[in-house]
Amino acid sequence: MPEFNKEGLRNTFFVAVVLCLVCSVIVSAAAVMLKPIQKVNQAFDQKQNILRAAGMLPAGAAVDVAGRNVDELFAEFDARVVDLTTGLYAEGVDPQGIDPIKMAKDPARSMALDETQDIATIGRRENVSIVYVRETEDGAIDKIVLPVRGYGLWGTLYGYLAIEGDLETVAGLGFYAQKETPGLGGEVDNPAWKALWPGIRLYDDHGAPAVKLVKSRSPEGSAAAAHEVDALSGATLTTKGVENLVRFWTGELGFGPFLDHLKSTS
Amino acid sequence: MATPKEVLVDPIINNNPITLQVLGICSALAVTVNMATTLVMCAAVIFVTTLSNVGVSLVRNRTPTSIRIIVQMTIIASLVIVVDQAIQAVAYDISKSLSVFVGLIITNCIVMGRAEAFAMQNGPWLSALDGLGNTLGYSVILIAVALIREPLGSGTLLGYEILPRVTDGGWYYTNGLMLLAPSAFFIIGLFIWAIRSIKPEQVEEAAYQIAPNLQYQEAM
Repeated sequence: MPEFNKEGLRNTFFVAVVLCLVCSVIVSAAAVMLKPIQKVNQAFDQKQNILRAAGMLPAGAAVDVAGRNVDELFAEFDARVVDLTTGLYAEGVDPQGIDPIKMAKDPARSMALDETQDIATIGRRENVSIVYVRETEDGAIDKIVLPVRGYGLWGTLYGYLAIEGDLETVAGLGFYAQKETPGLGGEVDNPAWKALWPGIRLYDDHGAPAVKLVKSRSPEGSAAAAHEVDALSGATLTTKGVENLVRFWTGELGFGPFLDHLKSTS
Repeated sequence: MATPKEVLVDPIINNNPITLQVLGICSALAVTVNMATTLVMCAAVIFVTTLSNVGVSLVRNRTPTSIRIIVQMTIIASLVIVVDQAIQAVAYDISKSLSVFVGLIITNCIVMGRAEAFAMQNGPWLSALDGLGNTLGYSVILIAVALIREPLGSGTLLGYEILPRVTDGGWYYTNGLMLLAPSAFFIIGLFIWAIRSIKPEQVEEAAYQIAPNLQYQEAM
């Protein structure tokens, strides 16, 4: 047995291998043991975001005005998979099993957008997406929540756009992930600004997306005012990004065909 | 040889890692916009540094010099991943606002600085105290910065309203600068000035002397 040599090759390899083994066991144990709790948190967070976008859960509160909690409220929504190309519900696909944002990176399950199509700067669009539908007791659509995303100034904004049962009027818009400048573009999260969205008309007379973020709104009651939301001051690019992403996802390449289809069948 | 008490208490003010050594500034700028994220970040850094110091110290007699930095990094990185996972499980909302900064504890100069400068030479108990003391010093400064930034920037503290904002019908116009990272630079600079005025022994000697202009053309 040769004398122990701390600097020798044998000890170097020994230390490296043992350290890696010990550390990887610790890291994987933590990841595996905490995974279920993290999954619950993520699912809860998503439900909360959807409900807030739909205006059913006040900002900062865990229960609605009637005291119902997130799970109770969310139970009224039905998650359905939509084929964005045909605009029809994709039968036989479990919404639990798919992640549209991940699918948008997979060339086999998404389509590339060219420069003129890609106004929201998302690069690729997934072939199927998930919508959350809340129906009234007689089966008519009460609210429908669409996942939306688009590039602002510093990064992609991810959010939900809620639409009323007439499929033309905004019920609410909220973002759950954004990297805009705090105090300027970050004001997309300001409840006072978000309160401007409900009631905005999505489409013009020809059925084209018409939402516009403007510095000063047209006179109350005019045809243009119905499509206009106050821009965020000091955040031109974020404002442009929000306008573009709403137009993209309500347009021909987004949920436009799906909403048209719903309108014609209802 | 320093006593355990000195090892623990000294870094809090006298040898503060931020104000004297000017380490760990990056995260001090990034997470101090509000108090909740600051507290979680401080707890994470305290946990990581204390345990990484213990870990590095335990294997110090076995660690070959040639791979000692890699050994330290591996120990630190593993602890950071554990903390990151734990925060995502326990405080999901805060983990979202801390985003990458928990992961970036790996590159926090204080953590590695203490491992290399202290834990490689001292036993586990002293190293634990050293890690705890230094990160407490780090936390004191971060909390002080957040105590200024959150009320002035958002009118709140820990989410509770302190100064009623104009946007909510109050009188306080929020200071946008306080929401941006550079404000922490100014605040930390003022802290360093204050501490060094009270404790002049902390003022460093100039590293070089600037030669005076001999001819006015030099200034042109």
